[in-house]
Amino acid sequence: MITYAFVAAYQSDAWTLLGDPSRRAIVERLAVGPCSVAELADHMPISRPAVSQHLKVLREAGLVHDQAQGRHRVYSIDAARLERYRRQLDQFWSAALDNLKVASTPATEEHEREIG
Amino acid sequence: MFADLDRIKPREHNMLAVPIEKTVLEQHAGGDVYDRGIDGSICRWGRVLAFDPPARIAFTWDIGPDWQLITDLDRASEVEVTFVAEDEQRTRVTLTHRHIDRHGEGWEALQAGLDAPDGWPLYVGRYEALTRGELDAS
Repeated sequence: MITYAFVAAYQSDAWTLLGDPSRRAIVERLAVGPCSVAELADHMPISRPAVSQHLKVLREAGLVHDQAQGRHRVYSIDAARLERYRRQLDQFWSAALDNLKVASTPATEEHEREIG
Repeated sequence: MFADLDRIKPREHNMLAVPIEKTVLEQHAGGDVYDRGIDGSICRWGRVLAFDPPARIAFTWDIGPDWQLITDLDRASEVEVTFVAEDEQRTRVTLTHRHIDRHGEGWEALQAGLDAPDGWPLYVGRYEALTRGELDAS
């Protein structure tokens, strides 16, 4: 008998994380450029601690980075991580496109028959 | 899930005459574990004994010490993967390959092969990478 074990730390799925409108708004804002918590909170209807809490979750999931800048922490998007999710979307997209082609082929033939 | 064997099993591990298109672990007890070649040919190398997500998956190992498919299915060994939550974010994954001696003569060599760096340690490592989001679909 042979046995192997490891502990998997499942990272929170970005799709789930971004289901929250506040987190989506944060990511949307950070996509424009790096921001501090205060700057983010100024443009949002939620409190600064709430923004901090969302940022913590996003950071743990690897979607955003933080960096000390003077007395503040500045948050920015992790482009490489975001790219991974974009690729996943691309896969959905190309699969859907292929299926669309398959589904539309018989219809086209039908159409041609009608014309002929 | 380990059921995503397609992304864990390296394509080079192949008993078919043609390249593998997909590795499938059917998601129900009584299902098959197989590789499908690009020409549609199939190499069935295991049978699903239990499929109880999120706790456990078990399947037979129908490959003998000569790394060929066995014909006497009573001489198959068994692989079990269990998942135990440690806390909300972490899961302990344990893979156990047991009853390897059922394969008969040469089973020690089979066990050594399975335990080699390109055997289960490779698969478990790839699975771990997959859970970290580091293994991209090939």
